[in-house]
Amino acid sequence: MSESRPPPVTCRPWRSHSEWALTAAPFLWLIVLFAAPTAVVVFMSLREAAPSGGLGDAWSLRAWRDLAHPIYPVILWRTLRLSLIATALCLALALPVAFLAGRAAPRLRSILILLIVVPFWTNFLIRVFAWRVLLQPEGMLRRALLSFGWIEESTLLMYNEWTVLLVMVYTYLPFAILPLYAAAERFDYGLLDAARDLGASAAGAFCRVFLPGISRGLLAALAMVLIPALGSYVIPDLVGGPGQEMLGNKIAQRTFVDRNLPHAAALATLLIAVAMLPVAAAFLFARPARPAAEEGGTS
Amino acid sequence: MKSGGLPALVTGLVLVFLYLPIFFLVLNSFNASRYSTAWEGWSFQWYAALFQARNRDVWESLRLSLAIGIAASLLSMVLGTLSALALHHYRSRLQQAHFTLVYLPIVMPEILMGISLLVFFVSLGFTLGLFTITLAHITFCISYVALAVLARLQDFDDSLLDAARDLGAGPWQTARRVVFPLLAPGILAGGLLAFTLSIDDFVITFFVTGPGATTLPLRIYGMIKHSKELPIINALSTLLLTLTFAAVWWSGRIIRRHSFTPIR
Repeated sequence: MSESRPPPVTCRPWRSHSEWALTAAPFLWLIVLFAAPTAVVVFMSLREAAPSGGLGDAWSLRAWRDLAHPIYPVILWRTLRLSLIATALCLALALPVAFLAGRAAPRLRSILILLIVVPFWTNFLIRVFAWRVLLQPEGMLRRALLSFGWIEESTLLMYNEWTVLLVMVYTYLPFAILPLYAAAERFDYGLLDAARDLGASAAGAFCRVFLPGISRGLLAALAMVLIPALGSYVIPDLVGGPGQEMLGNKIAQRTFVDRNLPHAAALATLLIAVAMLPVAAAFLFARPARPAAEEGGTS
Repeated sequence: MKSGGLPALVTGLVLVFLYLPIFFLVLNSFNASRYSTAWEGWSFQWYAALFQARNRDVWESLRLSLAIGIAASLLSMVLGTLSALALHHYRSRLQQAHFTLVYLPIVMPEILMGISLLVFFVSLGFTLGLFTITLAHITFCISYVALAVLARLQDFDDSLLDAARDLGAGPWQTARRVVFPLLAPGILAGGLLAFTLSIDDFVITFFVTGPGATTLPLRIYGMIKHSKELPIINALSTLLLTLTFAAVWWSGRIIRRHSFTPIR
């Protein structure tokens, strides 16, 4: 049945070749080096740890039993809480920027987007390090705050949850702005004027016309911030203390400090469950429009 | 303009927020103070120190990063372009799965990709090092190239293909003389993005590296962790920032100069 559907494009230079000729190389590469490793990590959490630091040959539930350690609920809750707050803050800051950029004059718009893209392309490690330079205990900022008497001698600007949150928002903010801007650029701002003419307040028009109009961009921004945030590792590692460790830090510790790969694999499986299953489900059930097929759909 | 005040204010604050730490970093790279605690006058000593013999490791790491970046971006340009062409031209269950495979690596937390690849390589008995890093980098770069080329294909005027056929071009000739030249800016922009991502990657590389393969981000991380040579990291970061600016500007020019005339 479905085979008889005529192809949507009238002429393709590749028609004589099979679909597989184009698809095979990238598809198989991603199967072998992306899908297979993700599956393997789940299976390897069921292996015995080798004393040398690798994977043993015997199967065992040891790694999963070790997850019952009382530290893990604390870590998991902290990971979820910090990621959700950081995502909410990113969206709240990104929306006005996208709203403004979406209707700005072309010249201002391109300058604005350039200014946002540059930090996006800047080395992630350098951006986190920049905050360390700024916030370090002997740094200029803390000294200035001390001399104004705004903070106590005992107050540190680093190694606390606020700083981890601040740097998370800082690093993930461009990931929220860019998809929102892409959606706002296609939004018809005339609809807002129409809503105002019909008696809506500015805030009402924003919430009930603009937000639904860019809903796809909102979803993309949500995914682009929340999921990487759940996997944060470098930020708590460099600006947080032992009390700010997230799931990612534990994965790295089990891998590099304890050299217990099955335990690290079990933690990774947990993170996959928390971070990736919602996306996979969205892909399977909601069938999001592919960029190629996207033509002004508002659903 | 109605309700223009609040968005403009937030945008201004966001820009200050985005550039404040970067500004301090650049400023401190010219600071004579060893610990960046206070301003002690202009100095180029940290840039000079980068070129001293004791920091030869940094340049060794840069060379390694560049080699991996070039290899990863070239291969991912080929694979990503094939992927985009397939996704654009066919609608099937295979392409649905293909698109999921291309999209997921972009949202997957880096640490998950790192630990999965590490466990995968270890269970296959691979020696960790240059080779495994390059394989990992190609894997996460493919998606970005594919999406960049796919965006370009969306603006592609399919009637050009009909025109080429009417003028007697065969499929191969059409691909080489019509499709490729029109897609080249998209492929190049995707490749440039892949190159930057590869040069910048820390987390995935950290997991799949082996003895001796210390890329530049791994080197910088080690220096930060051991609080060694901190002002030199300022200088190095400033140089890398300048490179990033140049890359963004250049890729923007490529895209703008070769953009299609809007027909829609």
